Amino acid sequence: MTLATARGEKYLADFKALKEARPAPDWLEELRQRGWDHFNSVGFPTERRGNELFKYTNLTPLDRGTFEFQIGQRVAVSPETLRERAPWSDDWTTLVFIDGWYSEGLSRPAADAGVTALNFADAEDRQPLREHLARYATVDESAFMALNTAFLADGAYVRIPDDVQSKTPIHLLFVTTPGGSRATYPRTLVVAGTNSRSSVIESYISLGDEACFTAPVAEYVLEPGAGIDHLRVLVENEQTFHIGTTRVYQSNDSTFSSISFATGPRIGRNDLHTLLDAPGAECTLHGLYLTTNRQQIDNHVSTTHAKPHGTSHQFYKGVLSGNSRAVFSGRVLVEKDAQKSVADQRDLNLILSHGAEIDTKPSLEIYADDVKCSHGATAGHGDPAALFYMRSRGIDEATAQAMLVRGFAAEIADEIGVEALREYVQRVIEDTIPLLLAEAD
Amino acid sequence: MLQVTDLHASVIGAGDTEILKGLSLTIEAGEVHAIMGPNGSGKSTLANVLLGRPDYVVNSGTVEFDGENILQMFPEQRALRGMFLAFQYPAEVPGVRPWQFLKAALDARRNFAGEEPMSVRDFTKLFDDKVKAVGIDPDLVKRSLNEGFSGGEKKRHEMLQLEILEPRLAILDETDSGLDVDALRIVAEGVNNLRSPDRAFLIVTHYQRLLNYVEPDAVHILIDGKIVETGGPELALKVEKSGYEQYATAAAG
Repeated sequence: MTLATARGEKYLADFKALKEARPAPDWLEELRQRGWDHFNSVGFPTERRGNELFKYTNLTPLDRGTFEFQIGQRVAVSPETLRERAPWSDDWTTLVFIDGWYSEGLSRPAADAGVTALNFADAEDRQPLREHLARYATVDESAFMALNTAFLADGAYVRIPDDVQSKTPIHLLFVTTPGGSRATYPRTLVVAGTNSRSSVIESYISLGDEACFTAPVAEYVLEPGAGIDHLRVLVENEQTFHIGTTRVYQSNDSTFSSISFATGPRIGRNDLHTLLDAPGAECTLHGLYLTTNRQQIDNHVSTTHAKPHGTSHQFYKGVLSGNSRAVFSGRVLVEKDAQKSVADQRDLNLILSHGAEIDTKPSLEIYADDVKCSHGATAGHGDPAALFYMRSRGIDEATAQAMLVRGFAAEIADEIGVEALREYVQRVIEDTIPLLLAEAD
Repeated sequence: MLQVTDLHASVIGAGDTEILKGLSLTIEAGEVHAIMGPNGSGKSTLANVLLGRPDYVVNSGTVEFDGENILQMFPEQRALRGMFLAFQYPAEVPGVRPWQFLKAALDARRNFAGEEPMSVRDFTKLFDDKVKAVGIDPDLVKRSLNEGFSGGEKKRHEMLQLEILEPRLAILDETDSGLDVDALRIVAEGVNNLRSPDRAFLIVTHYQRLLNYVEPDAVHILIDGKIVETGGPELALKVEKSGYEQYATAAAG
């Protein structure tokens, strides 16, 4: 299938406009072109039959091509607005991208000595970009990775030097503004040096109510012994299509601990894969999703154990209400060489309405013979005994329900180590609970 | 204080089988009543129906608390009026800590009484004192309520709630079952300390042993959904000795 259609023309026109307005070095031009070529050959995966990855997700609106890609930041955003609406702390290192473009004025450069955190364009040494970009999120893996790569321009580049224990969280904040249906392709590359430690926050927020299309790609590279605390916050508006991809490459004895929080968008997809490509690598992939109305949150979480002594923990929790839907597709692949692997997967759901639906599918694919793996999923309508217990103490039903939802969510939310971010997420949960309960039955 | 008249009740979803078949009971302020009966006689059903558990349906009869018909009230409305149930099997409440839970419960009562919520500081002091008094491991209250608690720990938590919420009518549903002697003593002390002219207790139990520590004003024998005999403390001793068998004919007739 090619995009030689009226709707395909829109993306092609955008691609050409970018090429013209923001010419890039040969290697990057070539990379963009490869991205475009692949996207052009496969198109959006709108056909759901026989399409395992997007079986539950209707992407037809993307195909209509009504989203506007713009070149350069056009809408001003005040620091006060960000403080009010986004996760924020003046103590963090923050890179802000407005409608896909780096905002120097709103950003706060790296505070820790030796740590690099800047826009791609500002990197003095572009060799690491050339070396790593699109190496883990390859253009031919999916239409969205290809499309994002075709529009590679600004992006967040973070490098933690070897042996540096960075105390300052690094926040990569991607914002869309009101006044249009934005198409943005946020891009992130984080390289964590040998035995380094860092916390990296990616957040995606909308300031307007318009339907946007956000297709981020983030690549994380962990060198031997590196540790990253990764926090992903998706709180875009209820009209938005968010199709996010995260690819993590782990060397020996590295630790990637991720917490993904999502609520809000029309469709929010978190496609997260970790490759444990050397002995002793460990990843902890946790997540929390809250869905109301007609929202859909889709967590596609997978780990490949390629070498021995790897450990992976997947644990996601969801609260669903209204006619919303969530997908948890957890996959662990243990390859033949990956002896002594330990893997567990869990997805727990609290379903508050009969109109809500969870499609949960943890799966293990094991080719090694000496491994310890477990998986499980539950979906329940809440415990009537717990509710009666609370009510029998004088707590009214609505308050009791709110306490139960809050308690259910807290197991993940309380794990967020960065205090200001944890408080932000807790506030969003508080604001979401009344919406969840209003659509409960 | 509590007047139950000809109460008939069944479990939702269990067909037409009635569990309570015309139960009548009057408890005045200041009194301690014990209801004893074999398994399946309807003891727990009575305790749960009094608090309005949604799994049960009342077919006929009345329940008045302070002269007010409570059968149409939600469980929380009954609780706010001063009723309390110490559960036989307290539910686990994931993600909710005992402190948080009790603060919410106490503030709801205070709000109903037109009082301000208790300050965090005052409540914490009250809570810590009572945790100590009831003999609860302070590490335990950092966990989710009842989650991973042993049977005895759950019962102690029920007593903690009783002591903090200070209800006017406390119903203890087999609080004594599965307890060792120390825990039993704590339950008994809790009841005895709280005994007062304006408070009443209804102790639902299979065995007589709690009544060694708490002297009831009246003992009722519940067989097959009906009270078949009412007497003083000596009735409990009699049942302990000769069992419930003697009532089999009464129930059949």
